Amino acid sequence: MRTVMTGNYASAYGAKLAKVEVIAAYPITPQTSIVEKLAEFVSTGELRAKFIPVESEHSAMAACIAAETAGARTYTATSSHGLTLMHEVLMWASGARLPIVMTNVSRAMAPPWSVWVDHMDSIAQRDTGWLQFFCESNQEILDTIIMAYKVCESSGVMLPAMVIEDAFILSHTSEPVSVPDQELVNSFLPAYAPEYKIEVGKPMGFGSLVKPDQYMEFRYKAMLGMKEARDRFLSVEQEFKHIFGREYGGLLEHYRCDDAEVVLACAGSVASTAKDVVDSLRARGIRVGLARIRAFRPFPHQEFRALGAKVDGIAVLDRSYTFGAAGAMFTEVKASAYSGQNRPIIKNYIAGLGGRDITPKIIEKVFEDIQLVTKRREEPDVEWVDVAGLPRRWR
Amino acid sequence: MTKSYEELPLTPISTEPSTINLTGLWRVIRPVVDKEKCKKCKICWKFCPDAAIKLVDGEPVIDLRYCKGCGICAFECPQKCIIMVREDEA
Ligand code: SF4
Ligand code: SF4
Repeated sequence: MRTVMTGNYASAYGAKLAKVEVIAAYPITPQTSIVEKLAEFVSTGELRAKFIPVESEHSAMAACIAAETAGARTYTATSSHGLTLMHEVLMWASGARLPIVMTNVSRAMAPPWSVWVDHMDSIAQRDTGWLQFFCESNQEILDTIIMAYKVCESSGVMLPAMVIEDAFILSHTSEPVSVPDQELVNSFLPAYAPEYKIEVGKPMGFGSLVKPDQYMEFRYKAMLGMKEARDRFLSVEQEFKHIFGREYGGLLEHYRCDDAEVVLACAGSVASTAKDVVDSLRARGIRVGLARIRAFRPFPHQEFRALGAKVDGIAVLDRSYTFGAAGAMFTEVKASAYSGQNRPIIKNYIAGLGGRDITPKIIEKVFEDIQLVTKRREEPDVEWVDVAGLPRRWR
Repeated sequence: MTKSYEELPLTPISTEPSTINLTGLWRVIRPVVDKEKCKKCKICWKFCPDAAIKLVDGEPVIDLRYCKGCGICAFECPQKCIIMVREDEA
């Protein structure tokens, strides 16, 4: 079925098609319509699941952890302050090796109070042991949720995943979306069957106390799970393509990067705008490309290492800022790209915070700038884009 | 003996519930209920953080295998009929 829907409904349909069995959620702008839609599916009987309304996001994740420990496929969705309130239990979900899938509608952190897109909330969870997938379109949201369950529930992975959609730009914008047949999804995604689960009459403690002599071994195993997630994600996407005819380019989508001199690296919906800019610059004979970070965890280190060997410059556009350092994506791109022999010039651009538009004009100027600093072989500073009061004009 | 990571499950799993931990060993003072004054209101039972108070015919009975001697029950009892007594004097 091809229909028109918002990114939030795409999340809800993704969870429905994945036949989630327990949903625990607390409403927050701009996520609310995801769980409203799911509550509707449950109330009409279209989805056979238990919907648990809870009193906070911390409780939502705690309920998902309990249900998943009992062997149920679980789902939740949140945003911004809701996600950061979950922080403690996010660590629990990954340490207990529970393959929960959650949508985060990425929204700026307050203050200043904001309900609009940026990636600070998601980036602040990067060390929680969750897989993180940034989406560019509503179709990708739906497809990624289905793929995420398959990746996460693999015996070698067993870690949770966050599917990230940009606030309002995707969450509340309607686009044509193909909703796959339930039978096809069933053939792709088998029922969740964990090796261990809590059962009635068989008391077990999960995530119990271990002494210093055994703690590191468990963390090492989680690291192996995340490593495995990388290969698993690539093979699952190929399987998905075989059945549904769609793919998105693995952990790092390369768009017209082949003979590019400079590329822009970014994540989320801004990649769509950037692709248009790449096309128009290419039409003028300028060799630019786009590297879209789909997976922030596991990070596409190998891909950036290979890209770094080929290009002269990389502009990394971060939609968040890590105070005292730089954009988080920049730091990782640079670390990966500089592990090879060739050392391209890599510059960090901080843009689009708190829902500020990143226009085609701005992206064009980013390309102009990265070409210039690449030519000069400068070691560039982090550049804040489109800040009133700074001398440089971006619009 | 430290086990190799390969021998371990994904996350530590204990097959015994936490009742295996006899927290009563920590106690230095113990609650003593004056049954005469007790109104069987169950407030102590509700407040005990260790679920160490059992109700027998509605009356609170302290399970000394688990009672840590925190004194919360004595503090909360509206009748003031629970007193905390030093273990070496009990
Ligand atoms: S002293 Fe504390 S642990 Fe013991 S019964 Fe009273 S409330 Fe419970
Ligand atoms: S709180 Fe006091 S009065 Fe109430 S049941 Fe406990 S001991 Fe009895």
